[in-house]
Amino acid sequence: MTTTSPPPPATAEQPTTPALQADGVTKRFAGVTALSGVSFSVQPGSIHALVGENGAGKSTLIKVLTGVHRPDEGRLLHHGAETSFGRAADAQAAGISTVYQEVNLVPLLSVARNVFLGREPRTRLGLVDVRRMEREARQITRDLGVDVDVTGDLGRLGLGIQQMIALARAVSIDARVVIMDEPTSSLERREVDTLFTVARRLRDQGVAIVFVSHRLDELWQLCDAVTILRDGRVVHTGEMATLSRRELISHMLGRDIDDVAAHGATGFGDAPATAGATGAGSAGGASPAPAGALVGSGVGSTTSTPALSADPVLSVTGLDARAALHDVAFDVHQGEVLGLAGLLGSGRSETVKAVYGALATDGGEVRVGGRPVRRNSVRASLSAGVALLSEDRKAEGIVPELSVRDNIVLAVMDRVSTFGVISDRKVDALVDTFVRRLGIKVSSPRQLVSQLSGGNQQKVLIARWLCTEPRVFLLDEPTRGIDVGAKREVQGLIDELAARGLGVVLISSESDELVEGSDRVVVLRDGRVSARLDGDDVTSSRLLAALVGDPASDDAAGTDPEEGAR
Amino acid sequence: MTHSPAPVLEQAADSTRVVRTRRSRGEVLARLAQRNGALATLVVLVLVMAVAFPSFSTAGNLSQIAIQSSFFAPLALGMTFVIFTGGIDLSVGSVYALGGVLAAWGSQYGPVVAVLLPLAGCGLIGLVQGTIIARTAIPAFIVTLAGLLFARGLLLILTDEGSTTYKVPADSAFLELSRGTFLGLGWPVWITVVLVAVGVLVLRRTSYGSTLLAVGGQEDAAELMGLPVRRSKVIVYTVSGLLAGLAGALTASYTASGVTTLGVGLELTAISAVVLGGTLLTGGAGTVFGSLVGIVLLQVVANLINRLGLTNSNWQAVVNGVLLVAVAVGQVQLSRIQARSRPGDD
Amino acid sequence: MSTQATAQESRTEPGRARRRPDAAWVARNGVYLALVVLVLLNIVITPYFVSASNLRLQLIQAAPVVIVALGMSLVIGTKGIDLGVGSVMALSAAIMPLYIGYGTLPAILVGVAAGLVTGFVAGTLVSRLGLQPIVATLAIFVGGRGLANVIGGQIKNLSDPGLVRLGSGSTLGVPNTVLVAAVVFAVVWFVVRRTTFGRGVEAIGGNPRAAELAGLRRARILLIVYMVAGVLAAVAGVLAAARSQASDPRTLGLLMELNAIAAVVIGGTPLTGGKVRVVGTVAGALLMQLLVSTLVAQDVPDSVAQMIQAGVIVVAVWVQLGRKRS
Repeated sequence: MTTTSPPPPATAEQPTTPALQADGVTKRFAGVTALSGVSFSVQPGSIHALVGENGAGKSTLIKVLTGVHRPDEGRLLHHGAETSFGRAADAQAAGISTVYQEVNLVPLLSVARNVFLGREPRTRLGLVDVRRMEREARQITRDLGVDVDVTGDLGRLGLGIQQMIALARAVSIDARVVIMDEPTSSLERREVDTLFTVARRLRDQGVAIVFVSHRLDELWQLCDAVTILRDGRVVHTGEMATLSRRELISHMLGRDIDDVAAHGATGFGDAPATAGATGAGSAGGASPAPAGALVGSGVGSTTSTPALSADPVLSVTGLDARAALHDVAFDVHQGEVLGLAGLLGSGRSETVKAVYGALATDGGEVRVGGRPVRRNSVRASLSAGVALLSEDRKAEGIVPELSVRDNIVLAVMDRVSTFGVISDRKVDALVDTFVRRLGIKVSSPRQLVSQLSGGNQQKVLIARWLCTEPRVFLLDEPTRGIDVGAKREVQGLIDELAARGLGVVLISSESDELVEGSDRVVVLRDGRVSARLDGDDVTSSRLLAALVGDPASDDAAGTDPEEGAR
Repeated sequence: MTHSPAPVLEQAADSTRVVRTRRSRGEVLARLAQRNGALATLVVLVLVMAVAFPSFSTAGNLSQIAIQSSFFAPLALGMTFVIFTGGIDLSVGSVYALGGVLAAWGSQYGPVVAVLLPLAGCGLIGLVQGTIIARTAIPAFIVTLAGLLFARGLLLILTDEGSTTYKVPADSAFLELSRGTFLGLGWPVWITVVLVAVGVLVLRRTSYGSTLLAVGGQEDAAELMGLPVRRSKVIVYTVSGLLAGLAGALTASYTASGVTTLGVGLELTAISAVVLGGTLLTGGAGTVFGSLVGIVLLQVVANLINRLGLTNSNWQAVVNGVLLVAVAVGQVQLSRIQARSRPGDD
Repeated sequence: MSTQATAQESRTEPGRARRRPDAAWVARNGVYLALVVLVLLNIVITPYFVSASNLRLQLIQAAPVVIVALGMSLVIGTKGIDLGVGSVMALSAAIMPLYIGYGTLPAILVGVAAGLVTGFVAGTLVSRLGLQPIVATLAIFVGGRGLANVIGGQIKNLSDPGLVRLGSGSTLGVPNTVLVAAVVFAVVWFVVRRTTFGRGVEAIGGNPRAAELAGLRRARILLIVYMVAGVLAAVAGVLAAARSQASDPRTLGLLMELNAIAAVVIGGTPLTGGKVRVVGTVAGALLMQLLVSTLVAQDVPDSVAQMIQAGVIVVAVWVQLGRKRS
């Protein structure tokens, strides 16, 4: 159901006081200028898109607008009057409400309490009216299309539902400005539709909405105006409808329009082995080091794309994990990239975690190179040559207080030490190779990894796994939350790894990335394999069709295992 | 801010998705056990003792247990709320002793001073600790550790390095506080009952209670939600100080003196009681009533050990240690059962 | 370009101010600074401070705290805590006299074994049964001293010549207790800085989930860490008893856990784990010890001494944290 938003109301042409405005705002953090002279305004009764790669300054701008940060220069105007917010609570009190990308609610409290936290309805005695609170929470969630037990803990619900509840809370505060920061990242299609409906209604009531999203399709569906940030500056502001997709991307990347048209939106298919190439083909701006062989000859010594061998390097059969996966099976061959697709909650992350031994399985078999691997053991998987790049690098990847070099060799410490004593020489050799090869930007390998940008952190993690000389590399959202330059580098790297004979499983929520990057695609749904796409079928439209699936089974009374009898 | 559901949300969705988070029977039982495990243990223990020791169920013995519990209950209550926020208060033992000394000293000026002085002094210490914890990044562990040392130092100053023990005048009305009875139960017991009732009310039926749990459960979210995080922390440590002072005053009234060597390690007893009662040490969830049960349980166990002839308080300590471990292990197992049927996110 | 921004970002490291000693430098090295200041202060106000006998005395008194704090720093590095060390000291000192009949060394070994066992219990509770470290070691704190009192009973006089030599004697001019502390320091330093185990400790404290996914044996490392802490506490207990030639389970090691934790945190190891500062821990222990003896030497009454200690702890931690949050 894709509808384009109606043309902006005529009043947008007349000079109206913006509901919220940043005027010449500059913000610096410890020597880095996050925002430089940014002027941004959102009109009442309009949905204004804020776009830019990570590191462009979107989050910082939002934090300035909502009082989490104070600008170093410039001013903030609220309904035309200059204001300054001391804390987030002040902005909220002023009628600015935010829906954050990470669900900022309290998992151990009930749904009802979360919705009304801080503004609970009271009885005459001044105590919280629990009954009324629960009743109203029930009503609100129903209106949003979710029928859930509002007295249960929030943390027991899936992320998508939690995000809807965060939306309910933000909206019920009766704000005049609503900021939505990547609100759809955890939502299913129908929830996205509901969110759009809510946003449009708010707009029709004169609320000003700032909408941040990486999902470019959504922008044209929903938004009236757009502002594009790059490197902390505004590079474009204007109407949404008159901007083309290519123009948008080229503004975001700072690259030529035709360039984008010729080479696709992602870094896949960029000329791989000709490293150091300039201009059109190479990853945006940073060229990785000379094309020496990847350290770890287990990866394969050929430099040309090998023919897909007959025997799979990874073979998964009958994978069962309590309540999460049912009879999942697939193969990956050497040199092949298998995309793993599905909606949120379909079990993609669970699958790769189960294959890696990080998720408890009740049944099934995993074979690497034909030999079975002991289930439920990360160490066994590692020795068999399986590596997993987790989705959440903050929670499951980066050890923040350790240096870059310690993070890189974390999984292979036994190999760089004798009798437990670490050999600096061996570590340095390994680390230097990967820092060069992957283009990790550090002032020194002994730098704390927490000081690196998201993209560089991701590369550190990739280096960590490559050190283990894997034969199978499971990648869960490898380009999430990193800037476009690094994104393209990582995509190019994936191509190269496959070219050198690794078997790769790729999970990505961005269909461009999945389609352009994969040779074949397996689609999951509710923990089961629901479709397989091969060869020419690997296209965006076929993928979308597979994701949406049979229309008849999409209704409430369908095969959703989470439903109980009414 | 409006209280009625925002009209903008009305029927925003085209269809409704039913989300039933299944609770297996095992999970329901586990949750029940975790919440009420201490109570169940207590009940069982009491029944066993009533059978095994005829002198257990006498009014005298039971009221003795009740009174003893009620001296420490305010401490445990204050600690419970601090733990809700994910914090800890290591100073309560020293502050308790300080309260006793202040009460004994103040009793020469009348019963009112005897009660108000410890409340004021100990509350002030709590206020200072709470302010430091709320406004700086110094962990509560460290701040209240310093508070422990500071309070004990203050105590020594007030008593000439521990050599003076203030006595409550024999005719003082202050003594009535701990010795008088109302409907057969001592005043301290009633005080405890009222405090617990208030505590439960605050936790379940006030915004402040939800704020405390939010701070303990997810502090950054609480900040972003605009909750008064700082203020709630300051208040919770102040109250902890107040209650410790109150407990000290009650004890001083009972013993008719301000003993300076009391309270060493008492904070850890309080923490034990809270853990036994089922409150999560990490904060964010818990029960007020459970801490009361924990305190009573510890008293009953003490009673049991005495009756077994092991009057040495050291056996007491050993048993308490084992008990703590047993209950904690049980709770962990129960949480694991509950966590198992949580739905996964992609 | 965004790459430039990241390059800029990566060049500014709060902990590595090369230009001038700013507040961050003070935060990192504050404990050493404070130690130097305190020493200088003492040189001025305390008579005979610089004498060999006094320095010996200071080091001898500091030795047990240093040893316990080193063990504690490993535990805290894993995001844990050990509240039981004081009780373990008492326990080991209580057990030792019972076996003195078999000889000095066997008795010491049994005492140390007591620490190993309690460490094993705590470590198992934490690593296998999922108990929180504070709860598991709280139980040891509560139960351990009780057990020590039950076993030990009253004050026992220890006159075994071997023990006396250990507690009060010297080797090559260095007091034996100090020697033991120095050896422990060297070993722990080496383990933390140069071995895979040390990295493992920091990784588990820094990001337990990531460490597990990287194939680290979390349970095993945790178990070992608590056992080491237990053993070191027992060693400290043996040394303390040997030195005072008496074993009083009621008072030996009282409040030691708080002292040790303070030493570790002041020395720069965060309570949240992930980083172990071995030298800092030793400096912190020395600082705490020196502070106490300064106050004693100046005839400061106990009361004020405690309040000063309290203030120092808070300020020291505050300074150490101060610039980290900018």
